[in-house]
Amino acid sequence: MSATASKLDSPSAEDDNEEVVMAARHISKSWGAVHALKSVNFDIHRAQVTTLFGENGAGKSTLMKILSGVYVPTSGEIILDGNVVELGSTTKALSYGISIIHQELSLAPNMNVRDNIFMGREIKGSWGGVDFKEEERQTRALLEELEEDIDPLTLVEDLRLGQQQIVEIARALSVNSRILIMDEPTSALSATEVEVLFKVIRDLTSKGVSIVYISHHLEEALQVTDHAVVLRDGNMTAYAPRSEIDLEWIVRNMVGENFNLGSPPIGHEMGSFALEVKDLCVAEASGNGLAVDHLSLSVKAGEIVCIYGLMGAGRTEFMETVAGRISPISGEVLLHGSDVTGHSIAQRIDAGMGLVPEDRQRDGLVQTMTVGRNMSLASISNFTKNFMTSRADEDAIVAKSIKDVTVKTDGPGAPIGSLSGGNQQKAVIGKMLATDPSVILLDEPSRGIDIGAKAEVFRLLAAKAKNGLAVIYSTSEVGECLSIAHRVIVMHRGKISTEFTKDVTKAQIMAASGEAVVA
Amino acid sequence: MRKLDVWKLLLEGRAFFALIAIIAVFSILSPRYFTLGNFLIMSSHVAIFGLIAVGMLLVILNGGIDLSVGSTLALSGVFAGFLMQGIELEALGVILYLPVWAVVLLTLGVGAFVGLINGVLIAYLKVPAFVATLGTLYVARGVALLMTNGLTFNNLGGKPELGNTGFDWLGFNRIGNVPISVVVLVIVSLIGAFLLTRTSFGRWLYSSGGNARAAELSGVPVKRVQIAVYMLSGVCAAIAGIVLSSQLTSAGPTAGMTYELTAIAAVVIGGAALTGGKGTIQGTLLGAFVIVFLSDGLVIIGVSVYWQTVFTGSVIVLAVLLNSITYGGARKSA
Repeated sequence: MSATASKLDSPSAEDDNEEVVMAARHISKSWGAVHALKSVNFDIHRAQVTTLFGENGAGKSTLMKILSGVYVPTSGEIILDGNVVELGSTTKALSYGISIIHQELSLAPNMNVRDNIFMGREIKGSWGGVDFKEEERQTRALLEELEEDIDPLTLVEDLRLGQQQIVEIARALSVNSRILIMDEPTSALSATEVEVLFKVIRDLTSKGVSIVYISHHLEEALQVTDHAVVLRDGNMTAYAPRSEIDLEWIVRNMVGENFNLGSPPIGHEMGSFALEVKDLCVAEASGNGLAVDHLSLSVKAGEIVCIYGLMGAGRTEFMETVAGRISPISGEVLLHGSDVTGHSIAQRIDAGMGLVPEDRQRDGLVQTMTVGRNMSLASISNFTKNFMTSRADEDAIVAKSIKDVTVKTDGPGAPIGSLSGGNQQKAVIGKMLATDPSVILLDEPSRGIDIGAKAEVFRLLAAKAKNGLAVIYSTSEVGECLSIAHRVIVMHRGKISTEFTKDVTKAQIMAASGEAVVA
Repeated sequence: MRKLDVWKLLLEGRAFFALIAIIAVFSILSPRYFTLGNFLIMSSHVAIFGLIAVGMLLVILNGGIDLSVGSTLALSGVFAGFLMQGIELEALGVILYLPVWAVVLLTLGVGAFVGLINGVLIAYLKVPAFVATLGTLYVARGVALLMTNGLTFNNLGGKPELGNTGFDWLGFNRIGNVPISVVVLVIVSLIGAFLLTRTSFGRWLYSSGGNARAAELSGVPVKRVQIAVYMLSGVCAAIAGIVLSSQLTSAGPTAGMTYELTAIAAVVIGGAALTGGKGTIQGTLLGAFVIVFLSDGLVIIGVSVYWQTVFTGSVIVLAVLLNSITYGGARKSA
């Protein structure tokens, strides 16, 4: 190993620094044509908190999954205490003392708290059975430390989300790991619970545990961290100790200054209201509370509206309700002045409104069909006469769509899985545009696609808006709000918290979403 | 590269090559196998399974399963037999003898009705397809037993003076030496293939079977497609029931036991994915031919019935194994 080479592009001063317990060197990870991480260097400081900042899709979770053995990197190496190690699996990582609290909860809801905490590591009793008493005692001690009054015998499904997160944290603590990775541990916690968690974190670091922390709540993370590392589009863009940075530094490095995702199209007449949503209420999927809370919104023909918000702000529920998948509790949806509230998805598509869903694998594409058949799926009626499809008409529609949204493919007969993420997304957008809509809803259209494809998608939407299409897109990346949108709506807990028309800054948007303030 | 193509060709056309191999092997083993007469007899056996398998394919393309087809076949046969006996209208004091075409239509209606129940249970009441059709498997069989009190209708010929002859025509007659049952299978298959490849319904079916959520968001009426698919499967089973009772000139309530499993096997051997979205009529027909030509061949060369079961089972497992190779590879790269 050439120590000098890695020293040059390593974030820390020295490779064999006593202070660095674990280091990632030139880590890359790609899935087919999608590059999630591009030669990233990352240091975990001994007995300190290192926070990883970055927007959605920047590669934070991917990097953490590599460090905890969930993924194997495409290239690069991991150095633990000065030695190169191959993690390979979570069990291997655990044996090195690395554990992770995942962003998505990984608890078994049908089992109680005690059994969840000791899942797969049951304490053996004297007759070869499980020593439930000892497990329960340790569970109580852990929960006491976290100042959470939960009975170890409660079923996890009976706990509220925040308590489930506490259990997840308790499980990670029970392992007594040397390195603890926390991927968004506070997303469901109350302010008091966050305070307790931070106390626990300080406690752990004083005992010599090294912590990697990831959070969307930037100010909150600044309270607890000792070092900051920023990722953007799979690259490490900045690193610094806490003493040298502030909120503004993080935002600047997270978002970047130079990416041009376009500007709002101007010089065309905005028409009358294409979509009007009045007083819409949508129930939470879990049944308690409202995902969308008395929301009203009107969009004109030719207008581009961006909906910004954090995870759980209600953007997806809002869009799916407008598109007709979810029935609202109350409220109205008007399309060009006529009420479509009770209409089916098919009727709404016929009337000129379509949704490009957030998760294209789950909701957008039919993996068993070709590129062409996927792209013609929403406009079958356009090439059907007397119940019979016309191949010639279909081929013409597909060829036009592929050209229209510039899908790079071997042809309409290629399997949809052969396309890159960005092209798959363009295929889903093309499918909806082929229905010739007057209103298009796009839920996180830029999710999981690279910057070039993002720019193309936005350019396409801007061009369509100039021809009178009303565009509503949601995003959780601030930079994208400031691109082509004429208007930015910030959603927070199911409501519109603020609306900006122009001259808005990233910091203002983030503050309105509840991101840059302590919850 | 060339070698890979040969392997791919063998894998893609596996049902076809399996059929060729079966015919070749049995023709060598028995001089009676490779004769026109035998092929026509075997084909009329294929017709019954093929008819149910075409319906089953539609259901499996949708990502479902229909275990009730064997029972629906029996219920339809019994119902047709019941109608052929004449319906006694006590109020009028007459016995009504329906013409055969009306009997056939009403019987198809019974099949469609069983399918409708399955479809509504599955699409709207969210009962898993396996459980819903397992339930109708029992209920339909039970109704068939109740209708005949466990006995069999043997008099299906009708009487010329009553104007209801012709029921046995389906099972016995031939058009240019081809059994009518085979002609029926060909017609049903052609309609099925047309439906799948040339109509919007076919596209709806493939897309909702491949990804119901994506299809729904694209405006496909997924629930109606689901119900239609089970109704069509029921109708196919009813056609098979009519053909079978016509072939046997009797309609018994225990007919068609485990035929649903043979139909599923035919569909799977024909390369369809049980997860939905992939499969063709041609493949399914080949699958039905493979199963019947294999088991009939074993009968001809005098292998015991017990061994036939072992062979059929092995062929099914082998087919699924090859399916998971073809589809498994595709899924990994996706």
